[in-house]
Amino acid sequence: MTDTTTPARDLMSKFDPLIAERQALIDSGVTDPFAIVMEQVKSPTEAVIKGKDTILLGTYNYMGMTFDPDVVQAGKDALDQFGSGTNGSRMLNGTFRDHVGVEQALRDFYGMSGAIVFSTGYMANLGMISTLAGKGDYVILDADSHASIYDGCKQGVAEIVRFRHNSVEDLDKRLGRLPAEAGKLVVLEGVYSMLGDIAPLKDMVAVAKKHGCMVLVDEAHSMGFFGPNGRGVYEDQGLEGEVDFVVGTFSKSVGTVGGFCVSNHPKFEAIRLACRPYIFTASLPPSVVATAEVSIRKLMHAHNKRAHLWENARTLHNGLTEMGFTLGTKTPDSAVIAVLLDDQEQAVAMWQALLDGGLYVNMARPPATPAGIFLLRCSVCAEHSSAQISTILKMFRAAGQAVGAIG
Amino acid sequence: MSDRQQTFDKVAELIAPFNKKGVTLGEATTFQGDLEWDSLTVMDFVAAIEDEFDILITMNMQAEIETVGQLVDAVEKLKTQ
Repeated sequence: MTDTTTPARDLMSKFDPLIAERQALIDSGVTDPFAIVMEQVKSPTEAVIKGKDTILLGTYNYMGMTFDPDVVQAGKDALDQFGSGTNGSRMLNGTFRDHVGVEQALRDFYGMSGAIVFSTGYMANLGMISTLAGKGDYVILDADSHASIYDGCKQGVAEIVRFRHNSVEDLDKRLGRLPAEAGKLVVLEGVYSMLGDIAPLKDMVAVAKKHGCMVLVDEAHSMGFFGPNGRGVYEDQGLEGEVDFVVGTFSKSVGTVGGFCVSNHPKFEAIRLACRPYIFTASLPPSVVATAEVSIRKLMHAHNKRAHLWENARTLHNGLTEMGFTLGTKTPDSAVIAVLLDDQEQAVAMWQALLDGGLYVNMARPPATPAGIFLLRCSVCAEHSSAQISTILKMFRAAGQAVGAIG
Repeated sequence: MSDRQQTFDKVAELIAPFNKKGVTLGEATTFQGDLEWDSLTVMDFVAAIEDEFDILITMNMQAEIETVGQLVDAVEKLKTQ
């Protein structure tokens, strides 16, 4: 008998360039920016990394809710009363008291009639976009959209059209070329998280409505501190009642994990019956939804925190600008402040210098960033004290001068 | 000159500003392999094509188009719709 089998082609070999690039980075002697371990977390703004006390300035913990005593207690109580997990889909055995409770908290927070909770923010976008836009429909998205929005498009069967980042004119032009009778969903983000720039939602929503589109806005990076009720950039720009669907997350301002969509659409509940990323996954653990519920209710009245967060963002933005850093936005438009650097080498060196000095920020690089930019992303927290912010500025000056990013 | 040839010439003209390596263009020239375009270059170029011919090339269609010849065929088809 002859052996006609050939050796299996190694599917893992396609990752060789990635493995080599990562190895080259590690061989250059720096700490791997994508393998940081928080050995202890002491507060929303402090952790221990490699045995060293470190200020956290790259966590999305905008409102600093993760150690709020009421939030933590709600989680402990839920663990005691409902156990550690749900073992099932929301559609079957995975809906507990607090899943219903957190959806009511969302309705109250947003003043909307419908709320559906997903297991992550990523799955909220994946599920909403792929379910809303069917065959023959169009999804129109900003070129700088988050990966979860792109993946929601890929998972669905609709036609996908991209427009230039934040360009109202380009959006208008592209919508004008679409068939008038087709179903159309325009997907926007309130804050674009890499550069921290905000969308001109008022003009974009007006253009979308002119062309007969429905609108979904992802407000992941704005919940809690944009608009009179902290609902997001859409509220800040006076678009209450104009946006069909708002997607959000529990992993940023709310301080746990999970995603959601809220809407006033009278048929909104039908999403639960049709949305695969909602149906075919286990629901969030009871402790998670219990903490989210309490956190969301507290965020409704967190006016002082909100004011302090904006004060921190302004102080940091102004301080870094005065030092000569190039930032992602000219003014402190959001709680994300991106420090733009020349290349990967400088970005990694600067990131390392900050970490060694006791400050953690996010290093971001293409393809996560637009236009091939290497940047250090700072996300400000309402719990950063004014003293911490001035320490952070001193650390940036020292690190920036050490790597030649500023004079 | 045939309509298709005219479209090819126009497409070639629009490729020129993005053809940094000076690749000689033919029907089989690929955007990714030969011209080595990244996704942002693709977006700028697609916008130029769309504006020139007043058409819309969805990302679904773009995924199917690998060569200059395929793009010319797609433009020809979309123009008549």
